[in-house]
Amino acid sequence: MENLIKPILVTGGLGLLFGVLLSIASKVFAVVIDPKIGAVLDALPGANCGACGFPGCEGLATAIAEGRAPVNACPIGGQKVADNVADIMGLQGANVERNVAAVLCQGDNEKANIKYKYEGINDCRIQMQVSDGCKSCTYGCLGCGTCFNVCPFDAIEMVNGVAVIKKDKCTACMKCIDICPKKIIELVPYDNKYVVKCKSEDPGKVVRANCSIGCIGCKICVKNCPVDAFTFENNLAKIDYEKCINCGICAEKCPTKCITIHENKAVVEV
Amino acid sequence: MNLFTILISTIFVNNYVFARFLGICPFFGVSTKMETATGMGIAVTFVITISSILTWAIDKYILTLLGVEYLQTIIFILVIASLVQFVELVIRKISPTLYSAMGVFLPLITTNCIVLGVAILNVKQGNSLLQTITTGVGASLGFFLALILLSGVREKLELADVPKALEGFPIAVIAAGLMSMAFLGFNGLV
Repeated sequence: MENLIKPILVTGGLGLLFGVLLSIASKVFAVVIDPKIGAVLDALPGANCGACGFPGCEGLATAIAEGRAPVNACPIGGQKVADNVADIMGLQGANVERNVAAVLCQGDNEKANIKYKYEGINDCRIQMQVSDGCKSCTYGCLGCGTCFNVCPFDAIEMVNGVAVIKKDKCTACMKCIDICPKKIIELVPYDNKYVVKCKSEDPGKVVRANCSIGCIGCKICVKNCPVDAFTFENNLAKIDYEKCINCGICAEKCPTKCITIHENKAVVEV
Repeated sequence: MNLFTILISTIFVNNYVFARFLGICPFFGVSTKMETATGMGIAVTFVITISSILTWAIDKYILTLLGVEYLQTIIFILVIASLVQFVELVIRKISPTLYSAMGVFLPLITTNCIVLGVAILNVKQGNSLLQTITTGVGASLGFFLALILLSGVREKLELADVPKALEGFPIAVIAAGLMSMAFLGFNGLV
C-alpha cells in the first residue's frame, strides 16, 4: 500500500506546490496590459502585411493604443477599420483618403518599340541589368510581372506586356511600388479618374520614336485644364490630384492618349 | 572529473546537439536568423542552469530520501515546466525588453529535450552540486554555440546559389550534419 501512496503523494504534492507558487507569482508579477491594445488588434485586418510601417498588426495596435500612431494608420483597412479603431479610442473617425497604385506606362507590346528581344529569367529586376531592359523607352514597363508576383492581393494583371492594376482590389500596400525597378508604379487617389500614364522625361521627339502612347510634352492638357491642375516639369505633364475635378477634358484633348482613365480594367473587360 | 574537464566535455566533445542529438527541434526552428538564435540561446542557458540546480536538489532531498527515484522523469518535467512559466512571469515584470527578445522562446523551452536530458544525466552520473551546475552551463553553452554556428551558416546560405530542391530546410540539415561531423574532431580531447 505504501508503494502506491508514496508516488501519488510526491507527484501530487510537488504539483500542488508548484501550482500554488505559480499562482502567487502571477499575482506578484502581474503586468497591467492596456485592454485597448487587444480591442484595437481585433479591429485591425490581421494580415500582418506591414504596410503601416509597424511590425505586424500587433505593433500597430500597441502604437495606436499608446497614441504614437493615428487611428487611420492602417492603409489597407480603409475607412471602415479607421472608424472602428476610432470608436475604441474614443475619437471622431478620421477621414481616410483611399489611394490605389497605378502603373504609369501603357507601352504594351504593340505601342512601345523594343531595343532587343529579351530571353532570360522572367524578372524585371534582372532584365534591368541588360542595358536597362528591352524597351526602347528607358522609362517603360518591362512586363515581366515582377509586381504581379509580389502582389499579395491579386490586384495586378499582365495585359499584353504591361502591368495593369485592378483598382478595386488594390489596397495600396506599396509592395509593387517598392519592387518595381523602373519606379513607374505610384499611388494615386482612388477618387481621381484621370492619370498621366507616362513617366518618360525624354523630349517629345524621342518619346514619339519610342512609343505611340507616351507623353510628348505638347502641353495641350496644361492649356486646356479649366482648373489649372497641371504642372509641367521635365517634359512631362503632371496632375495635381487635389485640384483635379475629374472633368476629363485633358484625356479628350491628349493627342497620344497617355492621359487616361485609371479604372478597374478587369471589370470593364468582363 | 574536474570542473574544467566537464565544461570542455559538454561544450565541445559531447556537445548535446552534435554528439547526443538532443534539442534538434529548436536547433532548426530558430536558427534562421542570428538575432533569434541569440535570444533562444540566452533563454536556454538561463533555464538549463537553474533547472539543473533545482532538479538536483529535488532528486537528492525528496526523491532519493523517499525512495521513489523512478519518478525522476515525470517530476523533472513538472519542475521544468513550472520553472519556465515562473521565469516568463518574472522576466515580463522585471524587464519588458528582455521579455520581448526572449519571451517567444521561453514556452518552447518547456519541450526542449536538452533541459530534461541534462537534468537526468546529472542524476545518473551522481554529480555533486558544483558538477551539476558546470554540466548545466556547459550543455547550454554548447547548445548556444551550435545555434549560433548554424544560424551564421544559414544566413550565408540565404544568399547562396542553392539547387532548388535543397533550398531552405534541406540544405540546413546538410549543413548541420557536416557540422556534427566536424565536431567529431574534438573526440579524444578529454
